[in-house]
Amino acid sequence: MKSNGKGEETMDLMNNNLWRVKVGLAEMLKGGVIMDVTNAEQAKIAEDAGACAVMALERVPSDIRKEGGVARMAAPRVIREIMDTVSIPVMAKVRIGHFAEAQVLEALEVDYIDESEVLTPADEEHHVWKHGFKVPFVCGARNLGEALRRIAEGAAMIRTKGEAGSGNIVEAVRHMRAIVGQMKKLTMLGEEELVHEAKELGAPFELVAWVAKNGKLPVPNFSAGGIATPADAALVMQLGAEAVFVGSGIFKSSDPAQRARAIVKATTHYKDAKIVLEASEELGEAMKGLDIRQIEEKDLLQTRGW
Amino acid sequence: MKVGILAIQGDYEAHAGVLERLGAEHSFVRLPGDLAGLNGIILPGGESSTHLKVLTEEGLFDALKQFAANGGAFFGTCAGAILLAREVHGPAQASLGLLDVSILRNGYGRQLASDVHAGKTKLRKEPLEMVFIRAPIIESVGKGIEVLAEDSGHPVLVQQGRVLASTFHPELTDDTFVHEHFLKRIAQ
Repeated sequence: MKSNGKGEETMDLMNNNLWRVKVGLAEMLKGGVIMDVTNAEQAKIAEDAGACAVMALERVPSDIRKEGGVARMAAPRVIREIMDTVSIPVMAKVRIGHFAEAQVLEALEVDYIDESEVLTPADEEHHVWKHGFKVPFVCGARNLGEALRRIAEGAAMIRTKGEAGSGNIVEAVRHMRAIVGQMKKLTMLGEEELVHEAKELGAPFELVAWVAKNGKLPVPNFSAGGIATPADAALVMQLGAEAVFVGSGIFKSSDPAQRARAIVKATTHYKDAKIVLEASEELGEAMKGLDIRQIEEKDLLQTRGW
Repeated sequence: MKVGILAIQGDYEAHAGVLERLGAEHSFVRLPGDLAGLNGIILPGGESSTHLKVLTEEGLFDALKQFAANGGAFFGTCAGAILLAREVHGPAQASLGLLDVSILRNGYGRQLASDVHAGKTKLRKEPLEMVFIRAPIIESVGKGIEVLAEDSGHPVLVQQGRVLASTFHPELTDDTFVHEHFLKRIAQ
C-alpha cells in the first residue's frame, strides 16, 4: 500500500474536501471538449466555439512529433495570457515526474495540471505525488492498472493516452476498450480473485475492489489522443468516454473554428447520428494523420509513463 | 410529475443520480422537443459559456423561455444559476433572465478557491453542505427574490416564484434536501 509518509492510505486520501473539489471540477467538464491551445488567440477561438476548458502547451503534439527536441511546460507568460483571455478553466501540461514544473503551475493558479506523456519525461521511474498539490491533476492511461496507479498517486481525472499528434483514433479506441473491458471483468470476480487481479494490474487492492463494486473508475474517465473529426468524438463517447480532449485535431485542420464547433456539437449529441452528420458536413480538411504502424517504437508517445 | 435535466455538458448525471434516489421521474434535455411533457427542468453545473453556445444553436434558449412562460419550474446549480440570472458579469454574457439577480462568474477566483462549506439555511435547522467549484457570486438581488441561504455574506440559495438557484452543488453531496425542496415547489 502506497503511503504519503504520514500513514494515510489510498482510500483515506480520497476522503476529504480537497479531493471532492478536485473531482468536482472534473465532473463539471463532463460531456464537453477540452482543446489544446498554444496562445491566447487560439484559446479565444476555442472558448467561442464552446470548449469547456483549454489546455495550454508549448507546441501541439503533431508539431512536437515533427520538430523533435525536448518538449517542456509552456512559458508561464503564455499561460497567463491565456488565463487572462478566457473565462473557462485553463489546464497546462507538465513533464511526467517534473514536480517543480507542477509547483510553478500551482503558483500560477492554473485550474488543472496534465502530467503528460506528450512532453518529454523528466523522471523515468516516478510520477508526481499528486496528493501533495492543491491543484487537481489529470493523467493518461492505456489500461486499468495504469489508470489506478495514477489515481493512487492523486490524479482526479483519467484520460486515455491514445497516440497524441497522430490524428488516428485507433489507439484511443484501444485504450478506452481496454479500461472499460477490464472494469467489466472486475465486476464479475470474487474477492479472492480480486487480490490476484490487483497483482496482475499492479494497482492497489482497495482501488481494484472499489472498481469491482462500482463498475467504474472513482474519477471521471475522458478520452484523448487522436480525435480529429466529429465522428471520432461520437465514437469514443459511445465507447464510454465522459468527455474528450482534442489536441492537434483542431488547430492543425484547415478550419479550426468551424471544426471546434462541430466537435463540441458531436460530443453533446454523440448518440444522435443526424446531428453528428450535420456537424460533419461542410467541414474542410481534417489534419493529415499517421498510420500507427508507420510510427517507430521509439517515437510512440503512449509508452512514456508506466 | 416529470423533471428534465439539461444535458448539453456538465454534471447532469449527478443530478440524475439524486432524482433516481428520490424516485422522481426524469429525462435528459438536449433539443427543444425534449421539453414536451415536463413540469420542471434542472440546469446543471458545467461551463455556462458552453451551455449558452449550444442552447442558442439548437433553439433551446427561446424554448426554455417559452417553457418558463408556460409555468415550467427551474432549478439551476452554479452554471445553471448563471444562465437563469437577469444580469451576468465577469465577462458579461446573455442569460435567460428568469431570476432577478446579478451574478459574477468565477466570483471566488480560480479552482484553488474551490471549497466545501457548511452553511445555514432558512429551510431547516441542520446546516447544508455546500460544494463550491469555481463558483459564481450573487452580487445583488431584486425585490422579488427570497434568499434561502447565505455564505460569506453572499446569497447562495435563492428562489423567485417557480425558479430556484444555488451557486453551490447539492448534487455532489449525499444530502437530497435541496432537490426535495425543488420537487415540492413543482408540485405546488
